[in-house]
Amino acid sequence: MGMTFAEKILARYAHEKTVVPGQIVTVKPDHLLMHDNAAPIISKIQPELKEYGVYRKDLPVIVLDHVVPAAAEKNAAQHKQIREFVKTYKIKYFFDVGCGVCHQIVVEKGLALPGTVVLGSDSHTCSYGAVGAFSSGIDRTEAAALLLTGETWLKVPVSIKITLKGKLGRMVTAKDVILSIIGDVSASGADYASVEFHGSVSQFTVDERFTIANMGVEMGAKNAVFPVDAVTTQYLHSIGFPPSKYKPVNPDPDAAYKRELSYDLTKIGPVVAVPHGVDKVKSIKDVEGIQINQCLLGTCTNGRLSDLRIAAKILKGKHIHPNVRFLILPASRQVYLDALKEGLITTLVAAGGTLLPTGCGPCLGAHQGALAPGERCLSTSNRNFKGRMGCNEAEIYLASPATVAVSAIKGKITDPRKGVQI
Amino acid sequence: MKIWKYGDNINTDMLFPGKYTYTCSTAEEVKPHLLEDLDPLFAKNVQEGDLIFAGKNFGCGSSREQPTLGLKAVGIAAVVAESFARIFYRSSINQGLLLIECPEAVHAYKKGDTVSLDVEKGVITVGSKHYSFPKLPKEILAIRDAGGLLPYTREKLKQKKKR
Repeated sequence: MGMTFAEKILARYAHEKTVVPGQIVTVKPDHLLMHDNAAPIISKIQPELKEYGVYRKDLPVIVLDHVVPAAAEKNAAQHKQIREFVKTYKIKYFFDVGCGVCHQIVVEKGLALPGTVVLGSDSHTCSYGAVGAFSSGIDRTEAAALLLTGETWLKVPVSIKITLKGKLGRMVTAKDVILSIIGDVSASGADYASVEFHGSVSQFTVDERFTIANMGVEMGAKNAVFPVDAVTTQYLHSIGFPPSKYKPVNPDPDAAYKRELSYDLTKIGPVVAVPHGVDKVKSIKDVEGIQINQCLLGTCTNGRLSDLRIAAKILKGKHIHPNVRFLILPASRQVYLDALKEGLITTLVAAGGTLLPTGCGPCLGAHQGALAPGERCLSTSNRNFKGRMGCNEAEIYLASPATVAVSAIKGKITDPRKGVQI
Repeated sequence: MKIWKYGDNINTDMLFPGKYTYTCSTAEEVKPHLLEDLDPLFAKNVQEGDLIFAGKNFGCGSSREQPTLGLKAVGIAAVVAESFARIFYRSSINQGLLLIECPEAVHAYKKGDTVSLDVEKGVITVGSKHYSFPKLPKEILAIRDAGGLLPYTREKLKQKKKR
């Protein structure tokens, strides 16, 4: 019997020939991701840090992105505490305010490579399956323990195989694919499981795979992963990581899955997740015409160059609706610079967009772009939970960058296939 | 002892709003905001020994430690649910908050039923019916028995240093 991706990689890291679902293994991850929450994490273990130090100075990756630049003195003090920690313990991978959203940075800097294991104190750590890494979210306390010991336990998950067939239609994106899948399997449909994507995946760039893997956690997945193929290797080569720098793990063809699902991409159209659940997914035709007050383009789900490109293409020479605030957050400084070079930022700002600092911004309601009672936001982010953008009497709808851009022009939720001519 | 009953997909934003995540970290800071957007009466009225009963996927959403820290601090004896989201599950082990995955007990519970727990035997009693729940694997029990992940880690580091 063959092994799934999760079984293979966890066996490798546990130094076992084989492992089976349910087995508890001890692993030493390649990296440990933290963001602004590094401050409360290190605060938990001050005496231990003094006595034992950090397990490895190249283990942690710390990216300030959640409340950047600091919104208040308390945030500023936390950021300062993190910078001092980085200096004291000579932490190798530190990315200060303005570098980007943590998950984007990890992939962009090659800190998650095929066949590596990355754990992070953020639920969207599962994103790095886009490049064939095993990555999963943990909490602050576990991150603190990992900083000291470099190891933790993992339960070998069951696996779910999702086969994507056919080609996506015009103005239908990776975001519509993952929202459709979550709507189908539900928010708990992949609880504790490793989700593998198979089939016609070569049509998806690393950016698009990122969007899909990123939202694996929204169906409860432990990790979500794409096979390592020519698309992956070309991308990694472009950022300075030739194949000699990593050892990919791909599942065996005869691996055993708990569940196998298949989706015909030609049948997927634009969709929207309506309040207050990511699995409350509706076809665009069922929500068309709903008035919106704010549009958000960005976050770890959809703030990459290809996302800004499609929005700019739609908004070129047009202007957003007067009732709408259109917030744009490039996912990283690199994305920001590339977008500047291509003129995308000029297009988006000329169309009435408001550029926010690279970071998480309004996504979790901790910094900027908060909503008022009764307001609606159409967002490219990954969560539409009640209260998420700072107000429990506001509504959040989730959609693709194309749907968000078209809807920003119209002031209401609009089908990107008929909203504008591009 | 009161039973607080909630539905499916209770996410960590409902358990503790995201807007406070970078201003509230300690148990005392967290307590007044617990379940603020789900049930404003919870933080005011919860008492030591109370239980939470919930549906599927309890604790889904963001990795957020404040809910497990806070629920433990206010004295929630256990969260009994049909299923849990995995980061919340791990976080509860780390904080020493007891989670019981037992869909039968959740389905059986009706308002007014008395509920009792025998953690060592792995039995929950709802009304007159008994339901067993699986014990945690020994590796995980060791963390719980140490009083949570940080005390467990401290002990491990001490032992290592001795050797």
